[in-house]
Amino acid sequence: MRKVITGNHAAAYGAKLSRPGVIAAYPITPQTTVVEYIADFIADGELDCKFIKVESEHSAMSACISAQNTGVRSFTASSAHGLALMHEMLMWAAAARLPIVMVNINRAMGPPWSIWADHQDSIAQRDTGWMQIYCENNQEVLDTTIMSYRVSESSDILMPSMLTEDAFYLSHTVEPVDIPDQELVDEFLPSYEPRYKLDVDEPYGFGSLVMPDNFLEFRYLMAKAYDTAKERIVEVDREFEKTFGRSYGGLVEHYRTEDADYLLVASGTNSSTTREVVDQLRNEGEKVGMARVRVFRPFPVDDVRALAKGVKAIGVIDRTYTYGAFGPFYTEILAALYGQEERPLLKNYLVGIGGRDVRPRDIRDVYKNLVKVSREGLDEEMTWHGLVGPGGDA
Amino acid sequence: MTIPFDKLTPTPITYDKEMKLKTGSWRTFKPVIDNEKCIKCFICWKFCPDVSVIVEDEDSFPEINYEYCKGCGICAHECPKDAIDMEKEV
Repeated sequence: MRKVITGNHAAAYGAKLSRPGVIAAYPITPQTTVVEYIADFIADGELDCKFIKVESEHSAMSACISAQNTGVRSFTASSAHGLALMHEMLMWAAAARLPIVMVNINRAMGPPWSIWADHQDSIAQRDTGWMQIYCENNQEVLDTTIMSYRVSESSDILMPSMLTEDAFYLSHTVEPVDIPDQELVDEFLPSYEPRYKLDVDEPYGFGSLVMPDNFLEFRYLMAKAYDTAKERIVEVDREFEKTFGRSYGGLVEHYRTEDADYLLVASGTNSSTTREVVDQLRNEGEKVGMARVRVFRPFPVDDVRALAKGVKAIGVIDRTYTYGAFGPFYTEILAALYGQEERPLLKNYLVGIGGRDVRPRDIRDVYKNLVKVSREGLDEEMTWHGLVGPGGDA
Repeated sequence: MTIPFDKLTPTPITYDKEMKLKTGSWRTFKPVIDNEKCIKCFICWKFCPDVSVIVEDEDSFPEINYEYCKGCGICAHECPKDAIDMEKEV
């Protein structure tokens, strides 16, 4: 069935098709309609699920944790300040190895108050142990929700997943979306059967204290799970393609990167604009490609290293800035390439922060600058693209 | 003793009595119930965060499991009849 729907509606369909037993969420702009669509599904009898209304996002995540501990699949959605309020429980969910799936609508953190697209909210949760997948379009939001349960619930992974969609560009913009048949999704995604759960017939205690003599081993297990997840995300993406005919390239999508001299790295909806500009530039004879980093955690170190081979320069486009450092994607790529024999020039471009419009000409400017610094040498490591004021490039 | 990572469950799970940490040794003050004052309301049992107030049946007085009671004093604070004293451990 094909429908013209928003990213939030696609997220709600993705959740519905995954058949969670518990959904707990608190509304926040621009996530609110995700919760509303889910409430409609339940009220209309289309989804058999316990919807728990909670007083905060901290409680929403706590309710999901409790549900998962009883062996029930759960789902939630949030954004910006709501996600920040979940912080403590996000850490708990991950280290308790509960494969919860959530959708985060990427929104700027205040102040200044903003409800527009920016990646700071999810980047600030980088170290909570959640996998992070940055989606580019509404179809990918729906499909990634289903795929994330498959990856997260693997018995050799058991880590939660957070997929993100850019505020308004996806959350409130309609696109044609294919809604898969429930029977096919049921075949693709088996029911959630954890080995350990709260069960009166087989009692276990969860969340106990571990002394310094064993804490390290528990963390190491999480590192191993992340190594496995890197491979599993790619495998599940391929299997998804076999059943549903759509693939997203696993960890990193390569777009016209073959024989490219210059590489633009983008994520989220910035990559749609970059894709368009890459096509334009290719038509003009420029040898440029795009690497869309879908998965930020686990970070695709090997893919980045392979992509950098034979490239003159890489421009990393970030939709947020990490106070006192650089854009987060840039920092990761910089770290991945240090120590490689072949190291292209690398420059960071902050583009579209706080929902600032990203036009094709903005990406063209990035490309032009990248070619220039590649020939003349690096002027600065990071550019605030579109900055108005003394020294700004606008 | 360090358990090798390949012998661990993904997250710490308590399932064996022997593995439980006997937290009673952490105590500085111990709760002592005065059965003369106790009215068997079992509020202490409801509030104990460590399941260390033991109620065998509704006719019996509640008892403290000193192997696990950490001496937090919540039972004494909640008792409506002031039937629980917190006595310093010696």
